[in-house]
Amino acid sequence: MNQLRYVYAVTRPFDGALPEDLRGIAGEPPRLLSHGDLVAVVSSVSADDFGEIPLRARLEDLDWLTGTARAHQGVVAALTSITCPLPLRLATVCRDDSGVRRLLDTGRERFVRTLERLDGRVEWGVKVYAETPAPEADTPAESASTGRDYLRRRLSERRSREGTWELADAVSRRLHEELSRRAEAGMLHRPQQAQLSKAPGQNVLNAAYLVPREDSTAFIECVEGLRPDQPGLRVELTGPWAPYSFAGEESDR
Amino acid sequence: MSNRQLEGVAGGLPSSYGASESANLADILERVLDKGIVIAGDIRINLLDIELLTIKLRLVIASVDKAKEMGIDWWEDDPALSCRARRGELADGRGELADGGGELAEENERLQRRIAELESVLQTGDERRDPA
Repeated sequence: MNQLRYVYAVTRPFDGALPEDLRGIAGEPPRLLSHGDLVAVVSSVSADDFGEIPLRARLEDLDWLTGTARAHQGVVAALTSITCPLPLRLATVCRDDSGVRRLLDTGRERFVRTLERLDGRVEWGVKVYAETPAPEADTPAESASTGRDYLRRRLSERRSREGTWELADAVSRRLHEELSRRAEAGMLHRPQQAQLSKAPGQNVLNAAYLVPREDSTAFIECVEGLRPDQPGLRVELTGPWAPYSFAGEESDR
Repeated sequence: MSNRQLEGVAGGLPSSYGASESANLADILERVLDKGIVIAGDIRINLLDIELLTIKLRLVIASVDKAKEMGIDWWEDDPALSCRARRGELADGRGELADGGGELAEENERLQRRIAELESVLQTGDERRDPA
């Protein structure tokens, strides 16, 4: 079977080894490929999945995408506890080890610059959820007897939720302002619908912060100190992530 | 372990707050697809195709139910809430009904145009692509 090389991340050479039981995509153990002063973290993947033609189809398969994304993140997360990895975007694939070396050569200047910028940093995710009263059933517009009724109902629903939203907005602003000051950098992601995490409520703030590893505990305490005590608002913290959200150059962020 | 509310933190670097294997899939996808370093490997798929995929996920072309289940249907949030929250303008507009919907439709249109562009680029690429 034709094998390709999947590249998860690029790091500086580091002390310590990958956990023995670490598995990447398709259950393959990742390994380190050193080239000059950089290390690529790679594993073998099948050309049946990652060749140019099949890969395009696989990416449309959401179950496959889910497994691949989780495996990618699993390897990057393991690296994060050992060193500061630069995570590459999902599905960065070379033909063989020489291809990986070429990739390291091509990107060397950028990798080195970014590794210097992010060295010793991790990313923390902070989300705020507002639990607003549910809209009156899921009635489609057609069921309102007139357009005017529909608009009136929507308006009243909106007003009833407005209080919670304003509060959520105020809390989110304050949190983001304060945390941006604490962190080296902050970034806003699109709010998520939270079906997967089964977290109730509407996600109103979805932010990521770049924090020196050793400041993480203080950062978390800061988040905790800013946790709102109003009912209906919830703050969630995720991390430590590899600095995914800050790996791009200023210009493409 | 999944995302959890803040709890007391013992000293040292806390090991994990939901960035583990069972983390919220939406958190993972927004990072591994949308973020991270973009560099072309030998299998040249990751640039346009991934952008296309990301946009398609946003537009729910791939699969509405699955995407919803994954919590990445942000495109169909209540537009007034999500758009304003994103720009930190939540409290500014009061009682508007039409405004947010227009924004969403506009973004939708923009993304559809981008898909058309990308698909035409990819097709041209296919024709040019060396079969070897």
